[in-house]
Order: sequence, then C-alpha cells, then structure tokens
Amino acid sequence: MAKVKEEEKNIKAYSQNFTSMVPGSFSKRMRTCVIWQFIRFIVINLKMIIVVGKSH
Amino acid sequence: MARLIVLGGGVSGHTAATFAAKWLGSAHEVVVVTPNSKWNWIPSNIWVGVGQMTPEDVTFDLAPVYKKAGITYKQAKAVSIHPKGKEGSDKEFVTIEFTNPENAGQTEELEYDYLINATGPKLNFGATPGLGEGSELGKHTVSVCTADHAHHASSELEKCIKKMKEGQRQKFLIGTGHGMCTCQGAAFEYIFNIEHELSKAGVRDLADIKWISNESFLGDFGVGGLHMKTMGYSVSSKIFAESLFTERGVDWIIGAHVNKIEPGKAHYELLDGSMGEEEFDFSMLIPPFAGVGLKAFDKDGSDITDTIFAPNGFLKVDANYAAGAYENWKASDWPKTYQNPTYKNIFACGIAFAPPHPISKPMSSPNGTAINPTPPRTGMPSGIMGKAVARSICDRILKGKDAPLHEASMAEMGAACVASAGKGIFNGTAAAMTIYPVVPDFEKYPGTGRDTDYTFGEIGLAGHWIKHILHHLFLWKAKLKMGWTMIPE
Repeated sequence: MAKVKEEEKNIKAYSQNFTSMVPGSFSKRMRTCVIWQFIRFIVINLKMIIVVGKSH
Repeated sequence: MARLIVLGGGVSGHTAATFAAKWLGSAHEVVVVTPNSKWNWIPSNIWVGVGQMTPEDVTFDLAPVYKKAGITYKQAKAVSIHPKGKEGSDKEFVTIEFTNPENAGQTEELEYDYLINATGPKLNFGATPGLGEGSELGKHTVSVCTADHAHHASSELEKCIKKMKEGQRQKFLIGTGHGMCTCQGAAFEYIFNIEHELSKAGVRDLADIKWISNESFLGDFGVGGLHMKTMGYSVSSKIFAESLFTERGVDWIIGAHVNKIEPGKAHYELLDGSMGEEEFDFSMLIPPFAGVGLKAFDKDGSDITDTIFAPNGFLKVDANYAAGAYENWKASDWPKTYQNPTYKNIFACGIAFAPPHPISKPMSSPNGTAINPTPPRTGMPSGIMGKAVARSICDRILKGKDAPLHEASMAEMGAACVASAGKGIFNGTAAAMTIYPVVPDFEKYPGTGRDTDYTFGEIGLAGHWIKHILHHLFLWKAKLKMGWTMIPE
C-alpha cells in the first residue's frame, strides 16, 4: 500500500473531514518561515491598526 | 463633586474607571466595586491552562494601581441598585457587600451620580447538571474562565500526559457546556493548545481529541461565522475551521446542547433532536453566562429589577429588544450609547449589557431546546464600549447634563482576535483574525454582512508573535504604566 501524504493523514473517505480543505507542505512551511512571517507580521499589524482605528 | 461608581473591574470596567479617573481628575470621585483583588488578562488564561504560564503571569493586584490612579477601590460585590434612593432621601445608591477577608460580609450603601454596570457575567455552571453548582465549577470538568480555574486545568492535563507516557490512551473533550454558551473562541484556542502540548510531549498518538459545541457549523464563533479574504477567495470561517480541525486530527460534534455531565461522560442533545453521550478523561467545557444577579429597588422598597434588567440578568440599554424573528434583525438593533432607557445616569458595558438578540441565527431542536451561541461581548469591543461610556459620563459631569453621548455600537466596530497554539516564539502558531464589523450589517454589506477588506484571517508565526505582544501590551496598559493611554483597546 502506498504511503499516505503527511497532509492527508487525517482524512478518511466519507468521514466528517472528507470535504475539508487541508494545507499542503508548502503552505505549512510558510507558516513557520521566519522571513515570510516577519513580512506577514507587519502586514497583519497594519491591517489590525486600521480595524482598531475604524472602531474608535 | 460628582461620584461615578463602576461595578466590576474586568476589561470593560477597568477601562472605563481608569479613563474616567484620568479625564475627571481629583475634582470628582471614581469608585470601583469589584469582588476580586486582582485584575486578570483573561486571553492568556489559555496558556495558564496548559502550564505555559502561571496565574501570577496573567494577574496583578488592583489596589496599588487604583491608588496610583486616585480611584476609590472597594473589594466588594454589588448587591442592589436603588435608582430613586430610599425613604427620606432621593439620592441614588448601590448596596455592596465586602468580599475582602478583613470585613467580609459587611454591607455599605454607596451614593452615586452616575453608575456603570460592568460586572461581567456569572459563570453559570449550575445551568448544566454535573457541570457545577451555581457559579462554582464542578468536579468532573475543568475551566479556563479564571486564572485559578486555568491553573487547576493545567494540573489535570499534566496528570493525563503522565498517564499517556505510561501508555494509557486518553480522551479529551473541549467546547461548550450548554446550548446557550458564548466564548467558543476561548475553547477553540484551548483545544489547539492542548493538541500542541500533547504533540510536544510526544504523546499525541495516544490522544483522542474532540470538539463539542453549540455552533450550528464549525467556525460560527458566536458571530454567525465570517468570510475572510484569502488567496483571492472570500473564504467562510467554516472552511477555515474545518481545515484546521482536520489538519490537527481533531474530531467535532456541533449543534450540541450538553445537558448533563457525569464522571467521565457528557450527555448531549443535537439540533436534529437526537441524544448522545461522549466519554472523556479530560474535559474543558465553557459554562453559559448569566447576569450576576443584581437586584433593583424603588424608593418604597418594591422590586423593580425587571425594569432595569432583562430576564437573563443583564442590564437593559439603548438596544431594540423588540426586533423579533431573525429575518427582522438589523445592525441598528445594537446599542450605541449603553445608557439605560429608564434611568439615564445608569450605563452598562462589556458582558453586563443585555444584547438585543444573538448574532448567530437562533436554532432549536425538534424537542424545543434552544441550541445556538449567544453573542460575545468580550475583549476589544468590551474595552471600546467601556471607554465610550466613560467619555459620555465625563462629558456630562464636566460639560453639563445634556452633553451628547459617545457611541460604540458593535455593528460599527471591528475586533482583532488571535488564537494561539503553543507558546514558543518559533514553534508556536496562531490564527490571527480581524472581523469588521462584529455584528454583521447586511444592509451596508449585502452578502457576507461584513467588509471583506477588513475581515481576514491567516495561520502562522506572525499571529503568534502578535499574541505575545498583546499579552505584555495590555498588562502594561491595565497597570497604567507610562504611555498607557496611547495603547488602543
């Protein structure tokens, strides 16, 4: 039997999670890539500051 | 000299009291009545609940902070409001009962010119048999609602991890403990912190982790779900949440009203009317919230609690309580000024105000059991409305009784939410989300009800760093340290 891909290990046919979207290895790596996350940190902060500003 | 009394010293009450004290100066008096001796940054209780922080890391003593701010501090619980005074006096007052060890049980009448009810909720564990008695947590489950609860949860989790290291399989059940709960977000964050800790301890393979909640779909979060702009799509929080649950190997039961807890077993009813039960070795179930049970009395001593408070015990404000069915709901139903419609010098903010209706669509099982999330009023919105109420009252004290009131409707404000998984700087991740507005406005934003330019979410280290920063930033602000007014709510 072929080895299951890491991102698909929790999916079982016609179980409750069969229709879920799951992240691939690239997406998961980017979540912990410090350089990319530093950029996202700035972007998310800016977005949050805008939302906070619109709320006051 | 005018006196403002703030009932409650949580996020909303503390924000209102500290800003009011700053704006009013020493010419007027601000009094805080709270049964607690410590302030608690509740979002970080999640980290206490998995042993990554101690209760001391998320709390501090209120007395020195209030002394520095010139606020009169009464460690007591509010018992009753007398908005017309009593026989022989027209002056409004509240009755309080002290909770500090020195004079516990003693009562005092405190006169006021303005009153803010920011008591937060009663943790109504008693609503579900077996979950607890009244506001006391029972023996069968744990909680992360207070720092002490979270510390206890951490020690129970540690016992489970020890058993797993000895080869025993353990079942974890996390979610909401009643059909009418709110704060799904806290349980959501806790379940993924547990999953992270179990993985870190090398025992994840021996854990069955299950979510149980009153949401009709995963990712409802008590706000009817949200759509987030990502990868060129407007993605529903249902897809976002299901993806995360699947990725982490967490099963779920939704549309559930937990109706009884026994040792190691939760009984529940689903939206389709069927009954079920789920066994567990460790369970954290959020209790439903209710008002703290404040009473109100007229001048002649007659009970007027129904005039001031809604049946759930929360204080009535300028909301539309007659909106009726879901199809009639509008964003404008939500309060703007948080002023009581009968007594104009009484306000409520944070969880203590009575919402006009839920945000999520009401649902019930064929048996007539209501199963739907109640609206969240915690965190950022709670602080914003506390500040707006303080501003209104200060203006009325300083500029005159007809000064216009400030507004902070949840249908016109956003919220930032960060749900972490883990605590390490480089090995934790978090789901960072913003939602704008909190209450969907389908007239202004037909379709999703929200502005998808400002409603987004993503998972990664960046959100995790923000969670760390928020922890330190808000503790700094609450301690009134240098520059505290510059930090937004």
